[in-house]
Amino acid sequence: MSARTKGIAAAQMGRRSDRKRNRLATILFLGPAALILGLLVYSIVYTVGRSLFDAYGGFVGIANYKRVFTEPRMLVAVRNNAIWVAIVPAAVTSLGLIFAVLTERIRWSSAFRMVMFMPLVISGLAAGVTFRFMYAGDPNVGFMNAVVQKAVHIAKPPGLYPGARLSVDDFAIAVDGAFESKSPVAVGQQANFAMAAIRPALVPENATELSVPAPVADGISGVVWLDFLSGGRGTRGQPDPGKQGLPGIRVEAVKDGKVVGAAYTQNDGTYTITGLAPGEYTIRLSEASFRQPFGGYYWLGRDFIIPALIIAYIWINTGFSLMMIGAGLSAINRDLLEAARTEGANEWQVFRHITVPSLMPVVMVVFVRAIISVLKIFDLVLVIAPESVQADATVLALEMWNAAFGGMNDHGLGSALATILFLLILPVMLSNIRRFRLEQ
Amino acid sequence: MKLNSRMLTLVLALLVIFAVPVAAASEWPNLAGETVNVIALWSGDEQRSFEAVLARFSELTGAQVVYSPTPDNMATVLGTRVEGGNPPDIAILPNPGLVKQFARRGFLVPIEEVTGDLVDKYYAPVWRELGSVDGELYGVWYKAANKSVVWYNTNIFAEVGLEVPTTWEEMIEAAEMIDFFGITPFSTGGGSSWVLTDWFENIYLRTAGPEMYDKLVEHEISWTDPSVIEAFEYLKQVLGRADWLAGGVEGTLEATHPQGIIKPFLDPPQAAMAYGADFSVSAIQTETSAVVGVDALFFPFPSIKGSPGAVVGGGDAAVMMKDTPGARALIRFLATPEAAEIWAARGGLTSPNQGVDLSVYPNEIAAASAKALQEAEWFRFDLSDLVPQEFGSTAGTGMRGGFQEFVRNPDIEAITSQLEKDAQKAY
Repeated sequence: MSARTKGIAAAQMGRRSDRKRNRLATILFLGPAALILGLLVYSIVYTVGRSLFDAYGGFVGIANYKRVFTEPRMLVAVRNNAIWVAIVPAAVTSLGLIFAVLTERIRWSSAFRMVMFMPLVISGLAAGVTFRFMYAGDPNVGFMNAVVQKAVHIAKPPGLYPGARLSVDDFAIAVDGAFESKSPVAVGQQANFAMAAIRPALVPENATELSVPAPVADGISGVVWLDFLSGGRGTRGQPDPGKQGLPGIRVEAVKDGKVVGAAYTQNDGTYTITGLAPGEYTIRLSEASFRQPFGGYYWLGRDFIIPALIIAYIWINTGFSLMMIGAGLSAINRDLLEAARTEGANEWQVFRHITVPSLMPVVMVVFVRAIISVLKIFDLVLVIAPESVQADATVLALEMWNAAFGGMNDHGLGSALATILFLLILPVMLSNIRRFRLEQ
Repeated sequence: MKLNSRMLTLVLALLVIFAVPVAAASEWPNLAGETVNVIALWSGDEQRSFEAVLARFSELTGAQVVYSPTPDNMATVLGTRVEGGNPPDIAILPNPGLVKQFARRGFLVPIEEVTGDLVDKYYAPVWRELGSVDGELYGVWYKAANKSVVWYNTNIFAEVGLEVPTTWEEMIEAAEMIDFFGITPFSTGGGSSWVLTDWFENIYLRTAGPEMYDKLVEHEISWTDPSVIEAFEYLKQVLGRADWLAGGVEGTLEATHPQGIIKPFLDPPQAAMAYGADFSVSAIQTETSAVVGVDALFFPFPSIKGSPGAVVGGGDAAVMMKDTPGARALIRFLATPEAAEIWAARGGLTSPNQGVDLSVYPNEIAAASAKALQEAEWFRFDLSDLVPQEFGSTAGTGMRGGFQEFVRNPDIEAITSQLEKDAQKAY
């Protein structure tokens, strides 16, 4: 063997061991990925398979899928998912774009962006609980209603005796929150009102026991009193001794729809409207004394629950699109912007024709990511929507959870829902991957 | 002779001193070195109390007890552990439906010979029935809940001048007086649908009686049966009156049970009475400044048409999943009054065990609840826990969705026919 052939043999040996080493490296590098991929594929295949069986493991074919598309509740979930996909990705992306462009121009832009990004750091569950409280109906609990209440009370302050009503209905009736004598009262006569549903603790401290005033010649007098006595004593509608007068109520004499005289009740509940021309008048207790405080709007009721959820979602996720688009924005070629401005383009034109097209790739990524995350939406609905409106607010992922783990324990139906969700997300994901490839 | 008699006394005295512990020890086997695994839903305070009970068991037997709380979904957790060949020795199941399901799937060991005598001695027959599947005893009801109580603000009752109502008519009359007085009579945390279904179950048990109640559980009578309609007519007198419910319809449906139960005890109070359970006491104590037993008390759910003492309740049953000496001893121990008294004295446990001395309960409220439970002539388990899960305990559908819809639209015909339709799908 010559030295040359020896060398070739050695080189071949070396190549072989190189190849061996390469193969080892390949396995080492791909192994974990393959393992994870294998687990993933296994669970997808298992889920698809499981969806063809019922809760107890009996084969039912496509019955679970039929259920999804026939049960009204599931159809509501499908409809709601459609609403989410139609509104939310567009809203989150465009808000992110607007904020990104605007914050570029302000001095504290990174601080602002950080604040906007913060909600994303909080877990969805915690954010959901916070929103549940913010939306609470009771203005003492819910932030939204506290704000609305403040505003409403400036325009229409609550009355002295909110929620009061007539004790008996023989003399007067309720009209638009006020109380009116059923028939006109002649001058010189009396008009007395027995009221109920006023907690004695809420009656002003200066109130005293009622008294019945004397009739007056040129007017109408009477008494307004609290018709309640502890233990049901006394007769309803009668000015029994011991019952309290109600001070501070505006009493009006009305003729032909016009107020022609008025007086306030005294500490003992009496009032006297004087200076009335002879004739008959309707006597009215002003609505302002009985106006209820603003009781709160039920944001979490049936009608507003989906917008309420969407607002919460947008609040949490706008920060993410802002960050992504902001990063894209800082990579834009500044010369282009400057050139356009020099050519005399206004800011809107620069935004519309330079900024947006240059940002398109990153905007699309943000948009597609939003579609995927919206299709999977689950935690916010579960936490924010009270049980009583979950049937109205439900989405596919929540139905999947309900079916599989939330009481029904039907893993077949749950798997069918999971499969449908997977099929809905798949095309979005594939188009995203294709886009990546094209860009490379 | 003198000496001998003295000796005899000494011997007798020694016998007395030593014989007592020896006899006590002999009731429980020596299980030193054994480990017993227990699983239950209890965590936090409940866990600490239960661990005190288990510590006493360890003291008596020498066995080591390992307790694992599972936060939720007992069915899934236990199902998985059995399939994996690693069931716990003892599990505490939160309703008879699970006992039945697990017994039929062969997960449980019958306990007649282990502790049947104690169950007969200390429990009312209804508890043996609830713990039995196909005539075989599987469960010991260690903990119970009395869900036939109406909490009320004593100050409002005093101000209005009301007596505590004992009949339905008296309660409605009281509600009218309270409304006239200027406070909303009732608060109901209808956002937790079990509060609404429990209202119905309490009425139905009283108007139709326990036999009909059992038939409704098995769906032997339909939900459109006249007896069901009658119960709904009573229910409508309260849940059908939005002006009698704190927060109206929407406020009732938004509030969860803890949020609803505290409304009578807020300052200012938003209601006078709230339907709840004996365990509602913790919500009232932590969320309001009302003193339970002074400002906040409950009265038993009122009698209707002369019904005797009746309680709708819940409970937790201990079952044996492995036949080991440790498991046998522990499940027998859990059936004794002593095991219940340890936790009862710490508060938070209502025991169905009639051997439990009512004086061990930490306050009058807890004792009253336990007394009502012990003395109830009619006791029935929460109906929505007994019917198929799809019908009884799936949010937004079946009973849970139906009763919330009834608050929105108190149309008896609509709800009964809807419930019947859902029931037919589930049975």
